[in-house]
Amino acid sequence: MFDIVFWVLAVVTVGAALAVVLLRDVFRAALCLVLLFLMVAGVYITLHADFLAVVQILVYVGAISVLIIVGIMLTQEMWRGNPSGKLRIPALVVGLLLLGTLVFSAVTTEWRTSDVPPQEPTTAAIGAFLFGEGGFILPVEIAAVLLLAAVLGAIVLIREK
Amino acid sequence: MSVGLEHYLVLSAVLFSIGLYGVLAKRNAVVILMCIEIMLNAVNIALVAFSRYVVPTLLTGQVFAIFVIVVAAAEAAVGIAIIIAIYRNRESIDVAKFDLMKW
Repeated sequence: MFDIVFWVLAVVTVGAALAVVLLRDVFRAALCLVLLFLMVAGVYITLHADFLAVVQILVYVGAISVLIIVGIMLTQEMWRGNPSGKLRIPALVVGLLLLGTLVFSAVTTEWRTSDVPPQEPTTAAIGAFLFGEGGFILPVEIAAVLLLAAVLGAIVLIREK
Repeated sequence: MSVGLEHYLVLSAVLFSIGLYGVLAKRNAVVILMCIEIMLNAVNIALVAFSRYVVPTLLTGQVFAIFVIVVAAAEAAVGIAIIIAIYRNRESIDVAKFDLMKW
């Protein structure tokens, strides 16, 4: 059962990613990207990462996809389609080489996997890990400053003169 | 063979390669941004898979994935803002025509 779920999720994810790259219509490519984000949330659920799956849906499906679609709407390049540049063949070669290397190293390496059952639910544990003693409290504060700087930067860049 | 760590790593590698091809080959700047998001998602899948199969009780990989999502959100906001600013100035988001800083 678990295997079937994984294979369905994997096939739909890869199909959606290929559609993003290959579709002529930019808007349909953006909709396929939303499908990909949803499927990745499903992959997180198969990995017992329930909190991360919800964060994925909130941030990617809810916010980033809207941002990208607004970007497509504001830049009126839809009639131009989704063309490839002069670098199409070299990019294909580089992508296939990287794919071969990554798959080869992932399959041939002897990973030291553990048989301990995973922690569930993860929300309280992640909260303790982020904010607790000896945890990630400094990176959390830096992430807050980063988000503030990014929002202010975006407003400054996009403001009418 | 039941699904294990290798399956997730191969899925992540396939997604990352598709995203890399899109980033290098496409001319529409918004599509390039979308392909970068695909690559970041692929990295997140690898991080969470390692967290699940190598250290199931520690959750370190999931915390890293959360920080990756934070940085991806900031990057998408700034990226879209830059693309719209360029579009206002040059009436185009074709990356082949972004040669303002070339000498």
